[in-house]
Amino acid sequence: MRLELIKRGNPSRALQFLSPLIGLALAVLTGAIMFAILGKDPLAALYVYFVEPLTELWSIHELLIKAAPLILMGAGLSVCYLSNNWNIGAEGQFIMGALAGSIFPVLFTDVQSPFVLPLMMVFAIVGGALWAGIPALLKAKFNTNEILVSLMLVYVAELILDYLVRGPWRNPGGMNFPESVRFHDLARIPELMPADGRANWGIVIAILVAIAIWVMLSRTLKGFEVKVLGTSPRAGKFAGFDAKKMIFFSFLLAGGCAGLAGIIEVAGASAQLRPIISPGYGFTAIIVAFLGRLNPLGVIVAGLVLALTYLGGEAAQISLGLSDKVARVFQGALLLYILACDTLIHYRIRFARAPKASGSAVDA
Amino acid sequence: MLESILLTIATAATPLLLAAIGELVVERSGTLNLGVEGMMVMGAVGGFVGMILTGNPFIGALVGVLFGTILSLLFAFLALTLATNQYATGLALTILGLGLSGLIGEPYVGRSAVRMPVLDIPVLSDIPIVGRLLFGQDVIFYISIALVIGVAWFLFRTKQGLTLRSIGDNPQSAHALGIKVIRYRYLAVLFGGACAGLAGAHLSLVYTPQWTENMSAGRGWIALALVVFASWRPARVLAGAYLFGAVSIGQLHAQALGIGIPSQVLSALPYLATVLVLVLISQNRRLTLINTPASLGKSFVPDR
Repeated sequence: MRLELIKRGNPSRALQFLSPLIGLALAVLTGAIMFAILGKDPLAALYVYFVEPLTELWSIHELLIKAAPLILMGAGLSVCYLSNNWNIGAEGQFIMGALAGSIFPVLFTDVQSPFVLPLMMVFAIVGGALWAGIPALLKAKFNTNEILVSLMLVYVAELILDYLVRGPWRNPGGMNFPESVRFHDLARIPELMPADGRANWGIVIAILVAIAIWVMLSRTLKGFEVKVLGTSPRAGKFAGFDAKKMIFFSFLLAGGCAGLAGIIEVAGASAQLRPIISPGYGFTAIIVAFLGRLNPLGVIVAGLVLALTYLGGEAAQISLGLSDKVARVFQGALLLYILACDTLIHYRIRFARAPKASGSAVDA
Repeated sequence: MLESILLTIATAATPLLLAAIGELVVERSGTLNLGVEGMMVMGAVGGFVGMILTGNPFIGALVGVLFGTILSLLFAFLALTLATNQYATGLALTILGLGLSGLIGEPYVGRSAVRMPVLDIPVLSDIPIVGRLLFGQDVIFYISIALVIGVAWFLFRTKQGLTLRSIGDNPQSAHALGIKVIRYRYLAVLFGGACAGLAGAHLSLVYTPQWTENMSAGRGWIALALVVFASWRPARVLAGAYLFGAVSIGQLHAQALGIGIPSQVLSALPYLATVLVLVLISQNRRLTLINTPASLGKSFVPDR
């Protein structure tokens, strides 16, 4: 017996909507099996992982803190993937944005004015966009593989951050810890509702940016151009769209978003630079983009879901003694399931019993 | 001194060579598996855990191969049977592999390994300078060299090799001729997974005999770049892997000498070299266009 794919006449609209939900359900099921293998009661573990973090207000604040960078980067990456540009280096663009945005609070500590924070954000956007501009430039000019270049630059960005916080940007009064000075209050992103928890305006910025990108994609010519060049480069060429400009547009946009996410992370929750500032947000954002159907509004929901996997991972670590790697396994499985379920949108699956006789074309 | 440097270069090059020669076969079949990093790190944890549990590094290496193969089977099912997007599926494989390996290896962090023994071929290994390099290495080194020769022979001297290459260029025509495209691609992907698994096992059994999280450190991605660098030719993969081995060992030696450059700059060299090499190669459009499998990365669904 083997599987056969039969092309549907029209993509199934119902499955288009259901596919990410089925993927999510299968991933949760896999999570339950994984918990059982690790010797925990699956139902109790699922509760700790996926429900408990949502039952307390402070915990929801933490969820929003983690969702903000995922939504920002996921929305930017959607534009890349829709236009068939494979930027997988958001993690590096996040770091470079955080570094560029931190120039003011780390090097010019005496500049204390309300303009510092907006300036930091502009620097972060430019920093992330420039870092993303490298693979874009090399792809546009030399036809270099953007996947590999953007990924190599992640490792380089991590090393630059490591160098700075251990070297020139190390806090002189920090007992030799590899970390920068703490950002002063005017360089911090204000908290939304300080009485209830730590969530800051980052989540609002992230959602607004995602909505703006959604409007661009669904309501403007530029958005049309993104999709046409992504699905059919030839058609795009005939329509007079420039594929090279699209490489820059999508990469700089995604890089800018990732850079902004970087400064929101360090000027928000952590308030200083450390050798590691991201628990793999840039890679998780790839999953966010796909779970959100490469639609920025979907990305907002997907960002919250993936933020929950981080938070649940922490909760399970504390109260069940489970490894924090469980979160990563869950995320990887989730992406595989979503991709598998997406096949159902375009194909019907049939189980063929015996290998058919060659040359027979009756079955139509 | 020279002998020991050459030996360490071979040790650094072997995992790159293994992963790249496997991926070369996969890509020649027209499939792009970006999950090399994930399969490699699974091979590393499988090799280490297998060795700890049995005390035998050879069994460890086999477990590593098995882990890499299993993960590649997952890729094959999704990308070949279900015709999912190969780029995204490979990425998912890497994310899953990094997570799963971390989970499996967690209890084994800090344990020390039984290093894979060196097979000294008598007399020949006593030749100065190149003797130990060529005749006094661990068994995985010999396998890596044999695989390069074997793959080159298979691809360009056998009928099945020709078929595999034709599938990579034009699966539709091959299918019309009655060739089982998907079956060939499955076998190629599984071969790639086994090679990546062995490459990972080499990391945790020979290169640094221990397990640390994410210990593949981007080598899987560098292997992918090597395939492009080699423009899908086995002999050039060999040259490329040893070139990169030399860069990463040179970087370590420079750090040990303590020349006034920050260690992070030196650590970044292999990654920067990868980017540089990719640029230089891709600039030569003629070279890349001739050899790139024409259907690379595109899904193929046989119509009945």
